[in-house]
Parts: sequence; structure tokens; C-alpha cells
Amino acid sequence: MQSKKECVAMLLAGGQGSRLYALTTNIAKPAVAFGGKYRIIDFPLSNCVNSGIDTVGVLTQYQPLILNEYIGNGQPWDLDRTYGGVHILSPYQAKTNSSWYEGTANAIYQNLHFMKMYNPEYVLILSGDHIYKMDYAAMLKAHKETGADCTIAAIDVPLSEASRFGILNTNADGSIYQFEEKPKQPKSTLASMGIYIFSAQKLFKYLEADDANPNSSKDFGKDVLPAMLNAGEKMYSYRFEGYWKDVGTVASLWQANMDLLGENPEFDLGDKSWKIHSRNPLAPPEHIGENAVVKNSMLALGCEIDGTVENSILGSNVIVEKGAVVKDAVVLANSVIKAGAVVSYSIIDENVTVGKNAVIGVEKDPTAEIVVLGRDVTVADNVVVKEGQKHEKDILA
Amino acid sequence: MVISAIGVIFSNMHEENVPELVRRRTMASIPFGGRYRLVDFALSNMINSGITTVGIMTSNNYRSLIDHLGSGKDWDLARKDGGLIIMPPFSERNDKLYTTRLEALSGLRGFLNRRSEKYIVLMDSDGVMRLDIADIIKYHETKSADVTLVTTMRDVDKSTEYLVVKSSEEGRITDVELTPHVKEGEKVNVMTNVMVFNRQFMLNLIEDAITHGYSSFEKGVFVRQKNSLKLYEYKFDGYYAVIDSMSSYFKHNMELLQKEVRAELFGCRDIYTKVRDSAPSKYGKDAVVKNSLISDGCEIEGVVENSILFRGVKVAKGAVVRNSIVMQDNIIGQNTSLDCVITDKNVVISDRKSLSGCADLPYYIPKGSRL
Repeated sequence: MQSKKECVAMLLAGGQGSRLYALTTNIAKPAVAFGGKYRIIDFPLSNCVNSGIDTVGVLTQYQPLILNEYIGNGQPWDLDRTYGGVHILSPYQAKTNSSWYEGTANAIYQNLHFMKMYNPEYVLILSGDHIYKMDYAAMLKAHKETGADCTIAAIDVPLSEASRFGILNTNADGSIYQFEEKPKQPKSTLASMGIYIFSAQKLFKYLEADDANPNSSKDFGKDVLPAMLNAGEKMYSYRFEGYWKDVGTVASLWQANMDLLGENPEFDLGDKSWKIHSRNPLAPPEHIGENAVVKNSMLALGCEIDGTVENSILGSNVIVEKGAVVKDAVVLANSVIKAGAVVSYSIIDENVTVGKNAVIGVEKDPTAEIVVLGRDVTVADNVVVKEGQKHEKDILA
Repeated sequence: MVISAIGVIFSNMHEENVPELVRRRTMASIPFGGRYRLVDFALSNMINSGITTVGIMTSNNYRSLIDHLGSGKDWDLARKDGGLIIMPPFSERNDKLYTTRLEALSGLRGFLNRRSEKYIVLMDSDGVMRLDIADIIKYHETKSADVTLVTTMRDVDKSTEYLVVKSSEEGRITDVELTPHVKEGEKVNVMTNVMVFNRQFMLNLIEDAITHGYSSFEKGVFVRQKNSLKLYEYKFDGYYAVIDSMSSYFKHNMELLQKEVRAELFGCRDIYTKVRDSAPSKYGKDAVVKNSLISDGCEIEGVVENSILFRGVKVAKGAVVRNSIVMQDNIIGQNTSLDCVITDKNVVISDRKSLSGCADLPYYIPKGSRL
């Protein structure tokens, strides 16, 4: 009888991602598309599977429909298991107090019974906001070696950005002596990546204590981690060196997409040793037409291109008609760029139609603020959409 | 919608037509159209028509096919009831391998007896088309037919064997001719090897054929018993490609570069295939790609024109690929040029090579070659 999992992952996927504007009007942030055919959640899920973690709870709250449908039974990630696998954990009604997830720690606390079902020794806490490839098994190994109660994955960030993160102040052996959430004057540049491994019993104990504390904001960074540190629990940092991008803003999401391009891309999706799994569109190979120019770009299946595509990322089944130009842009699945239209420095969401000769964004201006056209938007012919505009309704002439 | 029919796909039929391509695989697992295997078209036609039980008949070299199909989950055919069932050769008398459809089906009687579906749909894997099987079954029902054969007009000068069908105005088949002489280029009404039977009727037919010593449907049943059986033809007039020679393989792949052909094959319903989780295809800053089909996982730095690239192909800088079919995971070296070439899977062509054939006789490079 299998009655135990060494490590259970809990993936916080309830975030609204309000700084992505129209891109998250109807979908949760982890379901936002990335790199043509992927969604953000493919990265932590693939990391889990590639690291040998086969039991993942996905905590959803905000606009879960598309995310739930995308995850389904977990088959694309080999997470359809008879014991373990991926489970959607939504807020639920209880005999006494029913509530939405309030803060990251509360979300995990409300699913204590889920974790306990697997009687794990360790719990891995993840968020669905980042693009990265990481071997959690190596982190777990470090956690065991240091004998830590909690290990926090951390990455060096530029000093100028350090005040946006939870900053870890550590001793030479990596043990943490201070944790500062978004400090005004950071003492170090070692930022928490929001990836934690807890020894399960410690986590359960501190979550219960946190829930009983009326003054707590029920957040890992603000409440649980400081409480553990104050109580003298062993906390270590685990240094991650590699590509890691928070895609919480339009500009960072656009940049992370661009990081996929080039001969030696900053982030390589073609790496066969660490495959990113995803739910694949059923589409034929893309057709590049007689009049097409496609350079320095990444295209998903089913595209029909007869115009110009440069420095861009296209989702599946995108149509770029003859004479249309897509440059420095991200165009998501099933969108149509009609003849003569020019799209630059933009993120065009799924199922958008850009009318003939419309001009979206500013060409050849890397300083231009990114334009966002939300899902299902139709832009009429000849319309001009200026830099930085965010639209979620049709734009008529 | 689910229809009460079992699908049976023959994976090895007609392999004699394309010996190079089936040297290490079945007809069904011949790569086609960038990211498909031939069996995907027959299977998808069945799934899209609501068939959820499909037997795949195999006789030899079927390892690549099993690798492709796996549990059937990519076709939504990993089911508790029915689903995808691979049928390796089976014989009660422990005699030689079957050679005909009828002999193959006689080994399937146990399975056919246990099922409860009303109809059986037989298909071969050498055809590429979009077929509405539900509509054929409806036709079969209205005619109260014993057997319905799907026919189409085509030229046959390269096929080794074919069945020419003549019928009355109502569609009742009046004559069946086995590989008659046909003038070059002339189109004739031939059977597509898609047939619909009543399950019980087929079981009786198999018993009857065994007792009379017939070994083939074509010779023993259709030609001989055309008058006593209720044989009907269902005329199919859509796009129909038969892979019956290397040049037809080349030609029909290239036809996918036509928008109308793609629209018919891929436009209205999905063609399912094995999922490989490749990254989207990547085009370098010097890439020049015109009128080509490019599959996922490709990385293109050179020139690609009028060609079909399968999954994971790398075309290095300065390489020129024209009028060619480049199969999965090929690497085309720097400044190498290909014209009218078919390279099978996992071929590596080093820098500064020049290879060419012509459309009637494309130059074929076998699987795994290193040049």
C-alpha cells in the first residue's frame, strides 16, 4: 500500500495579476500565455515533474475557469496518477467559517488536510508567477543536508530592484539571520523567489499558530517566515543561478518573451534535458507563404503567415496577412492581423482581430510603452492605437 | 456523437508500393505532412466521426507504430470500454502469417464476437483524406446494405493492385473488376479500401469464406458474389491521396502547400497525432522561408522554399532546402543544398554538400544516414 509521498508541492495560483491589465480580465495570472504555446503554469508544473515530484496541489481562486480547464486531469504533465498527481484546490465551504483564501499562508492552511493525506516529510511551496527552469530535487537535497526546517530559494537581484523583493540576510553558510519584506534600504541583494521547502511538521505547526494569531496578515513573507525565524528555527537560503523572471507586469512579460529569441537566447525552450510540457494545440504545421518574411521569431503550430514577422512570438493559429507587419510583438493564439496592419511593441491576446491598415504601437522605438489588446478584441480598419494603451473592448473606427 | 461502429485499420497493407519507406516501419507509421504519420488520418477520421473502439491490425515491423500510438491517449482512445487496441497477428492453427484482409479478420473473430457494436468500418493506412464516416454509415443504413464500399475517381497507373467498381444509379454495385488494364492517365472509379459491414454479417461472411477456402474479400467475395450480396458504393469526391509510390508520396506531401488542400484536410476537424512537447519553431535572423510547412521544434537559420519540414529539423546558416521533404530531427549543415530530396528520420547532412533529385524521382536518403 502506498500511503506516503516524500514531498508534496503546493502551487499558489490564485493571483489576479492586476498589473497585466486586460490580459487577466478573465483568466488567472498562471494561465496567461507565454512563449507562443505555453502558459505560465507550465513552468512550475514541468519543473515539478522533471524534479520527480508527482503530487501537486494547485490553489486557485481568481477566475479559475480557463486555468482549471487547462490543467484538466494533468495528463500533459504526466500528472494523471492513481496515487498523487495534480489536484485543483479551490476555496470551499465548511461547517463553521467558510472563507476565501486570505493571503498565501491562509490558502495553504485551508488545505492542511490535503497535504496530510499524503503524509509528506516535506512540502514545497511554489507560485505561478515566474518563468524559470529549476531542479527542485537539488533544492530538497540541500534542505536535507543542512537539516533546515525551512529552505528559501534565492537569487541575486540588482541593488536598484532589491526593495521590490523579500530580502534574505544570510551568514556565510547560507543560514538566514534576517528576513526583510520589501525593505526600503536593503542590506543584501539576495531576493526570495517565493519558493520554499518546509519540513512538513514545522509547516503545519506554524500555519496553525498563524491562523490562531488575529494580528497576522496570513502571508508567508510577512508573517510565517518571520515567526519561524524569531522562534529560532533553522532557516537556510538555497542560491539559484539561472534564468528567473517575474512576469507580473506587461513590460516584464513582453521582455521575458523576447528573451526566448536569438541564437543564444537567455532562456532556451529547445533544451531537451529539461522539457517544458504543455497542453498542445491540435494544429497542422505552420505555413509560411510566398510573400512572407519571418526573421528572429518563434511561431507555434497552425500559423498562416504571408506578411512580415520579425523579433516576435506568435501563438498557435495566428494569421498574418499579406502586407501586414508584426515586429517586436507577442501575438497570442487564433489572432488575425489583416492586410497592411502594423503591430509593434505590443502584446495581442488570444482571438483578437486587427483590421486592415490599422497601426498598433510605435514602430522602431524600444522605449515605447507596450500596448495590450485583450482577449476577443476587434480593432476596426485604419484605427491607430498609440503606445501604452490597454484595451479590453472593441475599437471602432 | 457516438456511433455504434468498430473501426479496424490495416497497418501493413500495400507496403510493396513504397519499399524504401517501410524498410523499418509499417505503412501506417510513414511520416506525412510535417507532423503526422499516415495512420493519424484514418484514426482521426474515425474519432471525428464518433467511433471510440479502433483495432489496429499489424503483421510486421510494427514497433514504430506502437511507439507512435502508445496507449492511444493522444487520440482520446485510452478507454476502459474499447479505445485503441493493437492487434498483433493471431492464428489458432499456428500456421503462417496472414497475407490478406480476410485472413487477418478471421483472426479477429473472437474480438468481433465479444463487441456489441452494429457496424464495422475497415480502412487502410495508405490514404490521406477527410472522410465523414457517420455519413457513410447513414447511407449504409438507408440502403440496408450488407457491405458499402467507398469509391472515388482517380488514376491508377502506379498502383500494383486496385478494384474498379461499377454500379447502378441507386448505388448498387453491378460489377467489380480486379486490376483491369487502364490507359495511362485515365481516371477510373476505384474502391478506396474503406468499407462498412454489418458486424454480424461480416462474421458470417468470414465463416463462409473459410469453409469455401476463399482467402480474400476482393477475389473471393466481392468479385464472385456481387449479385447475391447487397453491395453498395458510396461515392467520395473530396481530396483523396494514395501513397502508392515514392513519387506519389512526394507529390501528395507537396500538395499540402496548397491552401485548399490544407483547408479540406485540417480546416474543419482536427487531425490528432502523437504529442512530443517540442518548443515552437524558431526562425533565425537570416532565415528566409517561403511557401513551406514548418513543424514544431524546428530551428531555421538558412533558406527553405517549397518544402516540408518535420518536427525538430535544424537548417544551418547558408543551407538551402528547396522542393524537399525533411523528416524528424534532421540536421542540414551549413551551406548544404537540397533540391527534390526526401530525407528520412534522424538524417545528418554535414556542411557544404549538394544533393538533388527531380519531382518524378525524388532522391531518398534512408533513416539515420550520416552524410
